[in-house]
Amino acid sequence: MKWILVALLSVVAFGGLFFSARPFKAMDTTGTPKVSHIPAQLLLTGSSTVAPLAAEIGKKFEKEHPGIRVDVQTGGSSRGIADTRRGLSDIGMVSRPLHEDEADLFAFTIAQDGISMILHKDNPIERLSRTDVGNIYTGRLTNWKALGGRDAPIIVVNKAEGRSTLELFTAFLKISNRDIQADVVIGDNAQGIKTVAGNVNAIGYVSVGAAKYEAAVGIRIKPIPISETVTTIKTSHQQNFLLARPLNLVTKIPPEGMVSAFIDFARSSRMIPIIEEQQFVPVTK
Amino acid sequence: MSPSQSETLTLWALRGVASIAGTVVLFIIAFLFLEALPALKEIGPFRFFNDASWHPTDGDFNLAPMLLGTLLATLGALALATPLGILSAVFIHYYASPTLGRVYRRLIGLLAGIPSVVYGFWALVVLVPIIGRIHPPGPSLCAGVLILALMILPTIALLADASLTRVPPQTLQGAAALGLSRWSIITGIALPAAKAGLATSIILATGRALGETMALLMVSGNVVQIPLTLFDPIRTLTANIALEMAYAMGNHRSALFVSGLVLMAIIAALVLFSERFSKGEMSV
Repeated sequence: MKWILVALLSVVAFGGLFFSARPFKAMDTTGTPKVSHIPAQLLLTGSSTVAPLAAEIGKKFEKEHPGIRVDVQTGGSSRGIADTRRGLSDIGMVSRPLHEDEADLFAFTIAQDGISMILHKDNPIERLSRTDVGNIYTGRLTNWKALGGRDAPIIVVNKAEGRSTLELFTAFLKISNRDIQADVVIGDNAQGIKTVAGNVNAIGYVSVGAAKYEAAVGIRIKPIPISETVTTIKTSHQQNFLLARPLNLVTKIPPEGMVSAFIDFARSSRMIPIIEEQQFVPVTK
Repeated sequence: MSPSQSETLTLWALRGVASIAGTVVLFIIAFLFLEALPALKEIGPFRFFNDASWHPTDGDFNLAPMLLGTLLATLGALALATPLGILSAVFIHYYASPTLGRVYRRLIGLLAGIPSVVYGFWALVVLVPIIGRIHPPGPSLCAGVLILALMILPTIALLADASLTRVPPQTLQGAAALGLSRWSIITGIALPAAKAGLATSIILATGRALGETMALLMVSGNVVQIPLTLFDPIRTLTANIALEMAYAMGNHRSALFVSGLVLMAIIAALVLFSERFSKGEMSV
C-alpha cells in the first residue's frame, strides 16, 4: 500500500515540476529568438490596449489563412518595441507615436484611440479647459470651488510610471510626471474607473473606449470634454476626448510575406466594423 | 516488494520531495539576485536610498519612501491586531461559554480564509469612501493599516489561542487555589507561560503583513512619498512591484527586482530573529 502512495507522490511532484516549467519558458522574454523562423506562427507582443484588437483581427486572419497561427501577448508598448528589436516577436504593438530614438522601426497605424478625462457622475462640473487640467494635476488648483464646483478638495488620480497613457497625458499638458501632485496612483483603466466611481471629488484619465463602455453600463463616472482639444479625429461619437493616440504595429525590417499580409489585412476597410466595435477609431486613408 | 525495499523507496522519494522544496527557495533567491544585478551594478546600492525621488523612467530610483511605507503599514497593523488578537484568544479561553467559544473560533478561522483581493475590494468600496469623508482623499496609510490589521488579526488570534491551550491546566488550577482573581491568573500566569507562542504568532503575522500586495495596492493610494499624517497615501514595496512590473524595461525592471531583494532580506531577518527568540525561550 505504502509504495503505491510513494509512487503516486513522486509522479505528482515531478509532473508538477514539468508542467510548471513550461509556461515559465513561454513567458521568458530574455531567452533566444524563438518563433521568427517557424513559418506557421505569427507572434505579436506589446501594448495591452492594442492586444484585444489584434487578437480579434488575428482570429479573422487565421480563418482566411489556414495553417497560420496568430499569437498575441501583452506587456506594454515598451515591451513591444524591445521584443521587435531583438527579434523575439514578428510584430510589436505600440499604443503611441514612435519616439525619435525608435526611428529604426517601421510603424503602421491600424486605428486611433483617445484618452478621456473622467469625473464622478455627481460632480457638477461639465467641462474643463486644458489649463484647468494642467493646474489641477500640478497642484495649483486644489479645490473644485475655484472651477465653479462644490467646496471640496480635488482628488487627483494619476497612472503608474511606464504606462503610455501617462506619457501621452504629460506630453499633452507639457508637464513632467515629477510635477504631478497625485492623491492616488493606479495601474490599469479598470482600477482608475473604480477609484473615480468611488469618490465624488476625484478626477482621472483613462482610455475613451473603457470610459464610454463603463459609463454606458451604469458605473458612476462621466467622461468630460476638454474645451481646447487637439484631437485629429473628427467622428461624431468620440468628440469628447482629450487627445488622440495612434495604435501602431511595428516591425524591425520592411514587412514581407506573412507579416506584410497581416498588416495589410489589419489596415483593410473590412476591419472597420471590428475596430469600431472596440471603441477605437478607424484610420481613414 | 519487501518491507526493506519499500522503506528505501520511501526514503528516496521523501528526500526527492524535500530537496525540490529546498532548491526552489534557493532558485528564487538566485533568480532575484541575477535580475537585480544589472541595477545594483549600474545604479549602485546607495542611490536606492539617496536619489531625489522614484521616477525610474527618468533615472531616479529612491526606494526609501516605499520601504518606510511598508514598515509603517506593517507596524500600524501590528499595533492594532496584536492586542485585539491576543485579547480575543483570552476571551475564547477564559470568558466565553464553550458554545460561544466554538462559534467564535470558527468565525475567526473564516476570517483567515478570505482571499486578500476580497478584503481589498471590500475596503475600496466601503472603507475608503468612509475615510474619504472624514479626511480626504480616502486611499491612505490609514486605510492600509486598517485592512492589514483585519487580515493579520486571525493569524494572531488563532495562534495565540493554540498557545494558550498548551498552558498546563495544573498551573492555572494551582493559581486559582491560591485565591488569585481570573484576570490576575491570565495576566500573571497564562500569558507569561504562553509567551513563546504569542511571540511566534506576532512574527508570522508580521511576515504576512510585509508580503501583502493586492489589498494594499487597492486601498493605500500608491503615491510614492513619506506620509506626514495617517491620511496621506503611501506606496508599499510589494504594491510597487505589482503596479509597475508589467510595464517596466531595463534598469526600471531591474530596480523592481532590487525591491524584491529588499523584501526578501527583511523576511530573512525576521525568520532569523524568530529562531533566536524561540531558542532563547526554550533554554529558560
